[in-house]
Amino acid sequence: MSSKEQGLHLVLEVWRQKGPEDAGRFESYVLDSVSPDNSFLEMLDQLNEKLVKEGQEPVAFDHDCREGICGACGCVVNGQAHGHEKGTTLCQLHMRSFPNGAKLVLEPFRATAFPVLRDLVVDRSAFDRIIQAGGFVSVSTGSAPDANLVPVAKDNAEKAMDAAACIGCGACVASCKNSSAMLFTSAKVSHLALLPQGQVERERRVAAMVAQMDAEGFGACTNTQECEAACPKEISIENIARMNREFFKAKLKRL
Amino acid sequence: MAESKKTGGATTAAPSGNAASQAPKGTLDGRCPKGPIADRWTQHKFELKLVNPANKRKYEVLVVGTGLAGAAAAASLAELGYNVTVLTMHDSPRRAHSIAAQGGINASKNYKNDGDSTFRLFYDTVKGGDYRARESNVHRLAEVSGNIIDQCVAQGVPFAREYGGYLDNRSFGGAQVSRTFYARGQTGQQLLLGAYSALSRNVGAGTIKMLTRRDVLDIVVVDGKARGVIARNLVNGKLERYGAHAVLLCTGGYGNVFFLSTNAKACNVTAAWRAHRRGAFFANPCFTQIHPTCIPVHGDIQSKLTLMSESLRNDGRVWVPKKAGETRPGADVPEDERDYFLERRYPSFGNLVPRDVASRAAKQVCDEGRGVGSTRLAVYLDFRDAIQRLGKNAIAERYGNLFQMYEKITGEDPYRVPMRIYPAVHYTMGGLWVDYNLMSNLPGLFVLGEANFSDHGANRLGASALMQGLADGYFVIPYTLGGFLATEPLGSKVSTDHAAFAQAEAETKERLQKMLSARGKRTVDSFHRELGILMWDHCGMARNDAGLRRAAGRIAELREEFWKNVNVPGSGTELNQSLEKAGRVADFLEFAQTMVHDALYRTESCGGHFREESQTPEGEAQRDDQNFSHVAAWEFTGIGEKPALHREELSFEYCKPSQRSYK
Repeated sequence: MSSKEQGLHLVLEVWRQKGPEDAGRFESYVLDSVSPDNSFLEMLDQLNEKLVKEGQEPVAFDHDCREGICGACGCVVNGQAHGHEKGTTLCQLHMRSFPNGAKLVLEPFRATAFPVLRDLVVDRSAFDRIIQAGGFVSVSTGSAPDANLVPVAKDNAEKAMDAAACIGCGACVASCKNSSAMLFTSAKVSHLALLPQGQVERERRVAAMVAQMDAEGFGACTNTQECEAACPKEISIENIARMNREFFKAKLKRL
Repeated sequence: MAESKKTGGATTAAPSGNAASQAPKGTLDGRCPKGPIADRWTQHKFELKLVNPANKRKYEVLVVGTGLAGAAAAASLAELGYNVTVLTMHDSPRRAHSIAAQGGINASKNYKNDGDSTFRLFYDTVKGGDYRARESNVHRLAEVSGNIIDQCVAQGVPFAREYGGYLDNRSFGGAQVSRTFYARGQTGQQLLLGAYSALSRNVGAGTIKMLTRRDVLDIVVVDGKARGVIARNLVNGKLERYGAHAVLLCTGGYGNVFFLSTNAKACNVTAAWRAHRRGAFFANPCFTQIHPTCIPVHGDIQSKLTLMSESLRNDGRVWVPKKAGETRPGADVPEDERDYFLERRYPSFGNLVPRDVASRAAKQVCDEGRGVGSTRLAVYLDFRDAIQRLGKNAIAERYGNLFQMYEKITGEDPYRVPMRIYPAVHYTMGGLWVDYNLMSNLPGLFVLGEANFSDHGANRLGASALMQGLADGYFVIPYTLGGFLATEPLGSKVSTDHAAFAQAEAETKERLQKMLSARGKRTVDSFHRELGILMWDHCGMARNDAGLRRAAGRIAELREEFWKNVNVPGSGTELNQSLEKAGRVADFLEFAQTMVHDALYRTESCGGHFREESQTPEGEAQRDDQNFSHVAAWEFTGIGEKPALHREELSFEYCKPSQRSYK
């Protein structure tokens, strides 16, 4: 096919918003000669180079490692957070998975708790505050015993690792009709609840993190499971079930 | 101290002159403790002065960067009671590039009962660094390595376990024991999330003030001491002043001077370079590590390179066609027309030679026109024989996620066709010069992690970067910073109204304005790409005198053009990513010249620095201990001016330098 040699022709509808106070609007751009080997973010680089050369302002978007681990990147592509490919961050999505002539609608990760700062850049500091509320083991530097003193069952370590793989990108929130942060929060609650090191603060942790999640304005979970489908690290909603149990037990004990 | 009035801009071309025979202006003392090496750190900790617990909260400390070194340092210092403020350019401290480290973290726990010890880790690291690191520092690193694992496990880092519930280890390059702890292929992520959780606990408790989306653009120096920073709030563009009793730079390496590297896009040299311009010495900038197994460059829009774990070389065979200009697909090239060049040249180590050796060999065959793929800048890493021998399932079990990642990026199935790989810039061993206490030559300015030059010499071993970042942050700086602050009167903190703050802010503002007002024809990225190609061609895997001199001249021209012809849209009073990038590229354009100067000066080959003039008859790196067994630390003398040399002599009492051989 000729698109292999000449590259893809794309029509982009991109959300442009000057700042938090600006109402924002979609703007259309046409982009030619997009190499199928490029990543989605490299396609955006190409668009921005073009815009700058034409005297326009480039599209702002967060990104950093470009290998799917830092969690900085992400936008909604044609209604899906990080685009259509399963288990893939936007930076790892490649243009060969789009047909020539594709129309792509790009929006920021929208949620009340994620105010737009500019274009596709949103403020996800609410996630940091949820972790600050309790997503840790209170162990000061120097007070740890020998690492092999407490054995951890391999299965538990693996399950904890599955949950700990969360990159904090916010796709779960953006894809949820309730803008719920349950998948994010439950991944951290699960990770620590599954390990012996997390036991001492287990109840206090889940209560504090859920309270903070609610205070930030994230919605409740109604089991639509879109978060799991959108998660680039394929974090399971089993974690949400676990967090609900943890939360219930914590509340029972404290009441 | 050299404080230049220049704020960037047109300067004279590069008189690198006689770098090769440059006489030192001064000598540096690393202030290492004396005595038996195993006792030095213990004795030193005892001798360091202490800060009274009630006084600690009155001491203010700025930590710049939240990677392993920064997050670990900030949390540990806050726990001790210091008044800590942290700045990061990211939207969250968890984004720092430590997060991308794959393989693991070394520690001499000897859990495998295979003969590991503090001394062996120390020895392997000094040797792996090609005898260009300080013995005292490296021994301390090995000593605290076990504490790091203890700390991380207590935080809940989900390291790989055996069925009995105890920690698992794997082996890595440059060592004959299994001492690498890992969390799948995401060790860096899990360690960083551990440090981030410790940091977050303190932020939540109000013991750390956390400032995100802040770019540190200058270091404020008063009477020779570091007293604060100037930061740009990336959301609203405002310049902010922060003062403190001490400043910790934990800002990572400068690999992005090459534009294409395995570093994250925002990794930059700015804070370190600005500190250098304010008087901090930059040590061994030419020591950069090129990783042999990366996915090759595919086109001119490409923005970064992706590393494939070097564990692949356990089963993959590296080859190129014997004939130059071969056009058949790799799988169709018959066996007798293939050159398995690593196995041919290094029969005893074969495909598992160290990173620097494998990288140079790949470059050589590509230079001979035998590279593969559309760009001819790649070699094959072929699993055909391993799949035949072990079956596809066994290979999938070992490398499934890597094969998947490769296919995602290249669109090719490595089970059917050989992978194409090529070396890429990965890590920088050079950095700001620090003494044994991790303090630069500017009192009050401490440098941790990849940003300093200290522990890896001329070549870093795999799984040692995570170890060093966390060692510096958790177990070194909490002691050594106290030693410094105990001698600093509480009243010594300088008000941010001081003239030095005003001047630094004014200079920063002027520099930003200058970039914004150039309104030229070239984008920031186009300058960065050109600089990157220049550095890769002349100061990359192999360097020679003529090429380095050419690069020095061209960098100066490019820098001059940048200030006249760069196009930075938008204003300075808003979220402006073009402006952020422009500032970083402007600093890379200045830094690159110092890096090239250092490479010219060091006429020997060692570790990641290969001077073509200094090789054995077989084409291997030839060290020159007679003339270069020292750290070259450079003092800023002006943009494009020849930097002044300060030498720190290295002595090896415990690891006797020898020529590395992998034949």
